[in-house]
Amino acid sequence: MPSLIAEANRVNDFVVKFANVNGTGSASANSLIMKAIFRMGVPVTGKNYFPSNIQGLPTWYEIRVTRDGYAARASHVDIMVAMNAETYSKDVRELRSGGYLIYDSTWPRSALLQRGDITVIPVPLAKLVNENFDGVRNRILLKNIAYAGVLAALLDVDLDVISGLLSESYGKKPKLLDSNTRALRLGYDYVKEQLTSPLPLRVEHMEKTRGHIMMDGNTAAGLGCVYAGATVGAWYPITPSTSLMDAFKGFCERYRVDPETGERNFAILQAEDELAAVGMVLGASWNGARAFTPTSGPGISLMNEFIGLAYYAEVPCVIFDVQRVGPSTGMPTRTQQGDIMICAYASHGDTRHVLLFPANPEECFYMAAQAFDIAERLQTPVFVLSDLDIGMNDWMCPDLKWDDAYKPDRGKVLSKQDLDGMEKFYRYLDRDDDAIPYRTLPGMSAKGAYFTRGSGHNQYGGYTEDSAEYQVVLDRLKRKFANAPKYLPKPVLIGKGNNAVGIVSIGSCDGAIREALDVLRLSKIEVDYLRVKAFPFNIDVEAFLKAHSTIFVVEQNRDAQLKSLLTLETAVEKSKLFSILSYSGLPISAQPIVDEIRAKLAEAPRLTAVPR
Amino acid sequence: MSYINKPKVAHPSLPTNSLGLTRRQYEGSMSTLCAGCGHDSVTAAIVEACWGLSMQPEQLVKLSGIGCSSKTTAYFVSGAHGFNSVHGRMPSIASGANAANRGLTYVGVSGDGDSLSIGIGQLVHVIRRNLNMLYLIENNGVYGLTKGQFSASADIGTKAKRGETNSSPPIDPVLLALTLGATFVARSFSGDKAQLVPLIQAGMRHNGFALIDVLSPCVTFNDHEGSTKSYGFTREHYHAAVEADFVPRAEEIAVDYPAGESIPVSLHDGSRVVLRKLDPSYDPTDRSAAYNYIENKLKQNEYVTGLIHIDEADNTEFHNLNHTAKVPLNSIPFEKLSPGSAALDKLMGRYR
Repeated sequence: MPSLIAEANRVNDFVVKFANVNGTGSASANSLIMKAIFRMGVPVTGKNYFPSNIQGLPTWYEIRVTRDGYAARASHVDIMVAMNAETYSKDVRELRSGGYLIYDSTWPRSALLQRGDITVIPVPLAKLVNENFDGVRNRILLKNIAYAGVLAALLDVDLDVISGLLSESYGKKPKLLDSNTRALRLGYDYVKEQLTSPLPLRVEHMEKTRGHIMMDGNTAAGLGCVYAGATVGAWYPITPSTSLMDAFKGFCERYRVDPETGERNFAILQAEDELAAVGMVLGASWNGARAFTPTSGPGISLMNEFIGLAYYAEVPCVIFDVQRVGPSTGMPTRTQQGDIMICAYASHGDTRHVLLFPANPEECFYMAAQAFDIAERLQTPVFVLSDLDIGMNDWMCPDLKWDDAYKPDRGKVLSKQDLDGMEKFYRYLDRDDDAIPYRTLPGMSAKGAYFTRGSGHNQYGGYTEDSAEYQVVLDRLKRKFANAPKYLPKPVLIGKGNNAVGIVSIGSCDGAIREALDVLRLSKIEVDYLRVKAFPFNIDVEAFLKAHSTIFVVEQNRDAQLKSLLTLETAVEKSKLFSILSYSGLPISAQPIVDEIRAKLAEAPRLTAVPR
Repeated sequence: MSYINKPKVAHPSLPTNSLGLTRRQYEGSMSTLCAGCGHDSVTAAIVEACWGLSMQPEQLVKLSGIGCSSKTTAYFVSGAHGFNSVHGRMPSIASGANAANRGLTYVGVSGDGDSLSIGIGQLVHVIRRNLNMLYLIENNGVYGLTKGQFSASADIGTKAKRGETNSSPPIDPVLLALTLGATFVARSFSGDKAQLVPLIQAGMRHNGFALIDVLSPCVTFNDHEGSTKSYGFTREHYHAAVEADFVPRAEEIAVDYPAGESIPVSLHDGSRVVLRKLDPSYDPTDRSAAYNYIENKLKQNEYVTGLIHIDEADNTEFHNLNHTAKVPLNSIPFEKLSPGSAALDKLMGRYR
């Protein structure tokens, strides 16, 4: 929402949207532009709106150039690169007043150019490319690079930086480097010779991306699993989580293969379905490996039975849920935070689970590592609730760091020596009065052997149908859950904490909320913001809810699932909570948050009174 | 059925194996199955097999799903860890466990309901994965715990206790495993311990997935006149085509076998199985011939038993294809798994 802050100066502060056809190779051209701007020191975000399709359907890519470093999607478009005839009229409508439309004028489309409030920039891209290159597929691919050249000229993107990126991509393939460089120059030179450039919306070198990277959350999470020492990954391919396992595999091949013997210090099992995938994670974790599975909503639905077993039999288990739009198959390539409730209480009977809410790829990395510590400490499933926006889009993040002093918390696992020194081992006995029992690993000692079961068991690990014995274990599990927050990340407070109005939110809403806070501050509306990072809730969440008289709960689903969880699990009065919901499938932007808070406060100014 | 726990005190004269352990030390908790249940005989055969192999109890991992058969993992080798999972999903637990530690011996016990209905997807895929484990199906054609419904292995025309006749064709686990390329496929009968024990031993030592379909009658719901899975019917219709003798590593083959009728097969750990062909026309190393033979006999209501197929030369075992480290993954120190800060700093350059 830069426009609300400084309309006049648009250098390093605008949005370019590319309308493409899926499967035509546009992604590399779009990321070339984004990365070039990033390398010029200017913060950017990239959002990919792609179809559940391999080839032919419309796809969009949105680059937000944001000198203030906002992470959220903007809710307007300044420049539209309209490369898809099928969506052309819709794309033209989406442009903001005063915006720019770049289109391929090889085929004139005058009838559609009926907006007087935009500037149309015709470039005969197909003609230029066809005159200079052979081959149908080649021309399609290079047309994308040609429009990247057009944008470079119009936005004043440093051509040397782009050339550098092309050399890195095609350094070992001189023919490709040559054709890409020529295609880039075609577009660039056409603008320089035929049009006025640069536009008032342009890029200037800054120094704000030093020490930062562009990375998607699935890559970061996969890397986190490698750093956490995970050795077994099991999965069933599902959008948008697939690239997490791809990343884990890639990093393992880089870091976990013995260069001499070719032996691998990891095993990846592509399961027959999600039921099997999570079963494999249980089997491996039970047997002493750090194991995980990445999935999305439909996979969670299938995993429910095993999740209940892991809870009751107390088997560590790390599940990454890269959430997508539900219900059912929903919109697999769109984002949502719709699995909060199903994960919190997954499976039949009295079950409840630990959830972590990363807000960006950086946190995906750190929380991936943390998730294993928590799962093994508490001997229970841990869900890392990412989403498609975090998982599959490139975000600007501070460089990831690793503390070499880190030692994994493998939890209360008895060694052979421990067992030798014990009279008898009982699997579910609360020896330390911390509600966490000791476990043993197969293969170590017959003395530590026990029978793991999902059927009723007593604290000694034996089968039971005795009410009292059953309840002893169930009650301890409840205590274990109640104690869990001390092992979980604390919520993050933004603001002084003594304002009357507060926001509570989770995960990828963070960027939009921080931006909304800046905008609200301009009109003297001060709001505190608490970002919850884990469930069960920390005591600080309860305190925040108590201290604020009006609380907006911002989340990306229809049914206000986070708000439901807050009302179920804290003492907050329902009447204090107001939902701000975004469930279009697009990442939330700051605009609706600002609008809804302003509207609510205007309608009832008393809401801003500080509670006594 | 008994609620009295047997004391684990061994009489000094009881024979011991090379570890100095008696058979009693390979037993588990008391069975809660019906008196006369075929599954208890299978349990006894597993005890005998483990004792005979001089297996360290903690080197065994016992896995199961849900059902009468799946309860039995509690009734043998109490010194081994057991995992009684959810219905039909034991293979995935076994796969994960084996991925984490390839050094242990994995034995899964399942039933016809657990394996051929709710769990057939996982069974099929664990065979395809060629996981190094022994998978026993205690096959009785009936759901016991829910009181007598037909299972997917019930034969056409077999009668239920309450009188109805089954009309759906059975799924035969042996034919299924052969179709999927399993490298160790056997069938036996719970009442034939002499045949079953060496099969279990060979299956445990086979490098890859080993399936033994054990016809194991249900005395309560499927042992009546008209049932094709009763003790009586099974005894009359099982037909051993090839017997297997298990010869532990470092032991000489003591018995003289007539040439041409016996085939010694070396297992990967140095032990051997000697296959004795009772039907000279049968070749257990030829998978498609074995399939045809079994199928033809089934049409005549004959269950062929013994080590039906073995291919010890096959190298598609899961870890072999994965090139997994020889040491168990769960034993690799953290320092070797986590690449460290310097590698991460260097990696960051790729994301600018």
